[in-house]
Amino acid sequence: MKKGMLIGLSLGAVLVIFAVIIFVWGKNTYNNMVTLNETVTQSWSQVENQYQRRSDLIPNLVETVKGYANFEKSVLVDVTEARAKVSQLNVNKDVLNDPQAFQKFQALQGSLSGALSRLLVTVEKYPELKANQNFLSLQAQLEGTENRIAVERKRFNETVQNYNTTIKLFPASTVAGMFGFSPKQYFQSTPGTETPPAVKF
Amino acid sequence: MKILFSLLFVSITFSQPEIPTLKYWANDYTNTLNSSELNILNRDLKIFEDSTSNQVVFLMINTLNNYPLEYYTIDVVEKNKIGTKKNDNGVLFFVAKDDKKLRIEVGYGLEGALPDALASSIIRNIITPYFKQGDYFNGIYKGLSAIISAVKGEYKALPKSKKNKKNVFSTIFTILFIIIFFSSFFRRKGRGRNTIFWGGGFGSGGNFGGGGGFRGFSGGGGSFGGGGSSGSW
Repeated sequence: MKKGMLIGLSLGAVLVIFAVIIFVWGKNTYNNMVTLNETVTQSWSQVENQYQRRSDLIPNLVETVKGYANFEKSVLVDVTEARAKVSQLNVNKDVLNDPQAFQKFQALQGSLSGALSRLLVTVEKYPELKANQNFLSLQAQLEGTENRIAVERKRFNETVQNYNTTIKLFPASTVAGMFGFSPKQYFQSTPGTETPPAVKF
Repeated sequence: MKILFSLLFVSITFSQPEIPTLKYWANDYTNTLNSSELNILNRDLKIFEDSTSNQVVFLMINTLNNYPLEYYTIDVVEKNKIGTKKNDNGVLFFVAKDDKKLRIEVGYGLEGALPDALASSIIRNIITPYFKQGDYFNGIYKGLSAIISAVKGEYKALPKSKKNKKNVFSTIFTILFIIIFFSSFFRRKGRGRNTIFWGGGFGSGGNFGGGGGFRGFSGGGGSFGGGGSSGSW
């Protein structure tokens, strides 16, 4: 009788210790995932900020270039339309968990990048425009913004990689599955933007 | 190649040149500047950092080996953490001499004082005219002066007392560490090898003497987000 109770007690103690260990581990893993998730969201907002900054620059750029006689209208129309499509896109936080929305965001921003690079290549044919101080300033801002976008995209990809690896690795993946942490999308280099357009100054 | 459109996974396609650890304010890996010119730049940039806490650093290398300019400079500033952690007030003025490319990389905290358009104008109107004539020192010196006058109003020097406090603490820790080390040594090894230990300790003490002279550059933990401007000549 006493011996049985002793065995029961020690079994119970082992179970309690086991449960505590599992709980502490699960809590730490969960909290870590929440932190990583927040980091991804934060770096995403940096990416969005820089894209927004680019969008805001475009009307000024188009206005400056428009003033030059016989500037190819089609190039300007492309930029304006691509920008309009980007700004119509309703981006919310779910875009990170929705592959389709993410692809769409990337495709639209990509086509705006393409239209802008065509614009800057076309400008090469207009020496007067190239010497215009206002244009030069806008061009510097646009280039700076493109570079900031590249930097923030790279950082975003790094945070996503960190997050995705954490939630996919066993045994943490069990916790991820229980609380619904799903893998997030990366930025891919889109066709036509891997190589920067050759612009000589 | 002045515009960089969202290149990704670049490390796979290009072999990355080595990213240097910057030990001075002015770093020339091309032997273009002589030592008195480097001293002038180092002195001015050190004085500027001491009086404003802004870290402006110059780096010149021979070639990027086709590695993208903007990726190289962001790697350099991320590794060396130019600027203070609090204000992110660092600037890197970078030149790849044989590629005839240059860039001014601006930390987050100075993007307002030195916006892309101004950085671009400094490159086009101040620096490259000298570089085209092969007058590197004047291009660099005038360029750095223009950067300095753009960002000088932005931040105040770090309070001196804080620095001293840090030094006091690190000295106390060093002394504590030495005492603990010694006491454990005495307990474990006894007195027999005492002299050998003293001999070793004395030798390493020489390093302290070396550090007493010219304080080199060290990054303060600043962050960059890709601001600034690139150019070529």
